[in-house]
Amino acid sequence: MALALSPVPRKLRRPILGAAGLPDAAFRAVVLCFGALAVLALIGLIVAAMVEESSLSLSTFGPSFLAQNVWDPVKREFGTLPFIYGTVVSSLIALLIATPVSLGVAIFIVEMAPPWLGNAISVVVELLAAIPSVLLGLWGIFVMVPYLQRTVEPWFIERFPDVPLFEGPPYGVGLLAGGLILAIMIVPTIVAISRDVMLTVPISQREAMFALGATNWEATSWAVLPYARSGLLGAVMLGLGRALGETMAVTMVIGNRPDISASLFHPAYTMASVIANEFTEATFDLYVSALVEVGLALFLVTVLMNAVARLLVWSTAGSSQRVGAI
Amino acid sequence: MFDAWDKQTGNEVNYQSVGSGAGIEQLTKKTVDFGASDAIMTDEQEKNAGAAVLHLPVTIVAASIAYNLPGVKDVKLDGESIAGIYLGTIKSWDDPKIVALNPDLKLPKTPIAPVERSDGSGTTYIFTNYLSAVSADWKSKVGAGTSVKFPVGIGGKGNEGVAGQVSQTAGAVGYVEYAYAKQNNISTALVKNQAGKFVPATVPGQTAAAAGAAANMPADGKALIVNAPGEGSYPISGFSWIISYKDLTDPAKGKALVDLFTYTATKGQQFAEDLSYAPLPPAVQDLDGKLLKSLTLAGKPQ
Repeated sequence: MALALSPVPRKLRRPILGAAGLPDAAFRAVVLCFGALAVLALIGLIVAAMVEESSLSLSTFGPSFLAQNVWDPVKREFGTLPFIYGTVVSSLIALLIATPVSLGVAIFIVEMAPPWLGNAISVVVELLAAIPSVLLGLWGIFVMVPYLQRTVEPWFIERFPDVPLFEGPPYGVGLLAGGLILAIMIVPTIVAISRDVMLTVPISQREAMFALGATNWEATSWAVLPYARSGLLGAVMLGLGRALGETMAVTMVIGNRPDISASLFHPAYTMASVIANEFTEATFDLYVSALVEVGLALFLVTVLMNAVARLLVWSTAGSSQRVGAI
Repeated sequence: MFDAWDKQTGNEVNYQSVGSGAGIEQLTKKTVDFGASDAIMTDEQEKNAGAAVLHLPVTIVAASIAYNLPGVKDVKLDGESIAGIYLGTIKSWDDPKIVALNPDLKLPKTPIAPVERSDGSGTTYIFTNYLSAVSADWKSKVGAGTSVKFPVGIGGKGNEGVAGQVSQTAGAVGYVEYAYAKQNNISTALVKNQAGKFVPATVPGQTAAAAGAAANMPADGKALIVNAPGEGSYPISGFSWIISYKDLTDPAKGKALVDLFTYTATKGQQFAEDLSYAPLPPAVQDLDGKLLKSLTLAGKPQ
């Protein structure tokens, strides 16, 4: 995977044989077109279109749109805070569950399983990625939610009566259900990438550890994981990106109430869900405009989360670079 | 129904299912010749349409009140109790207001878990218009629309989301489109109508509601028929409209459209019941006839 590969050292980027020839210049132009212009222009166009479409809402509500806790189409009051909360928290729950599981699966595939078993697991995990999200959502409604409602949530509510995290009636649907469905959806992404990242760790790293008398666990945790760290973070961040934007499956199990509550069992709402739910029947201009602005806010949240992730990667990359990993 | 029309006339109707908002948008941008909607266009939408629009009632739809109370059949509710449930003032099934409506039922203490449609829908439009018509509290606190801010409850996506949530939660109540409840054999409540009778959501009940409302209907067809008078009227009913420009600028196509609309409002009604929609009563079909005569072809009368 590209994420794992270290960038070409700067001195190699210069043409070796003096001035660049025509083919090289043409190649550069083409790559520049694809890389910079196409991607940047596309993002620019999308943002510009969203800003234009949401101008009515932007001028009506101003920055308070991001801080408002009310979403009432009848009274024409719109604020996106509950949706931001639902999106961020459900995605974080998903990450919290999916990251250890996925890393475990990837470590098992790369470091421990015999090749035939590793391959078989890889195929199954990739199959998981191929399940359409609406099917996962249906499974969520008919299998997971009833189980949460009858077994899991009452257990927590009984045992932790005063913990706000586990308060309230067991609806089944809610933040926890949304986070769980998201976790299932992002596991394949994280597994696939972290497996490939770990495969790029040179075998000599492990051999060196084994030569020092390290156990399997020590070799993995001291040699493989630190070497692959920035790639693994990249894998997790890609999973986070998917969780933030996922719409259908979450909508089906999160309960769709624009509330902010400390309880994991309380119904919530995500930004992608409210757009999917209400856009088709938005009956006046300000309403449509507000929904587009929710999209803009979702874009902003995604960019912010990605920026934080980048910073994280950079700050940890610093230490591993010294070992010569990157 | 449009397939039957194809066979009779050779004119193919390309019909796509999008939301009302998108349908109205497409009509406004003139990418389609006509649209259909469960909601009356707002003044803002009509203004955006740029030219005068016709609302032609073509079928009747209704919201059924689904509930989940194992062993309890034919629960009776009225407007006040449904509004109370969705406002959060009626919290359990043994609330005196519900018990008073169901003297012969043994109602459990189970808390009521209201479920609503989270996606904007015609069903929500009819349901909230009904509650606004019967409860002053609802009208001032919540109001009516294709999406509203429900004070309590959880949102399910689509009829299947609401029905799924109701079927899994003991004590749950939810409103679903009549056709969906009927086709999936969901147990639904009897609702008290203006005449004081408890009626189940049925096709005749919906047609009766339209017939009951027809006497006082505005000539432009833009009528809500919630809480309609008449002994057999099911109170949470509403029209579904074909929405078209009043002036059809292409005379040849316009003529074909008028024929199609006429067919839909008259002979096409025979297909409604098979699809679990209710046919229009004669009074509304007559009104449609008058509305159709008012359509013009490129500025000239037909």
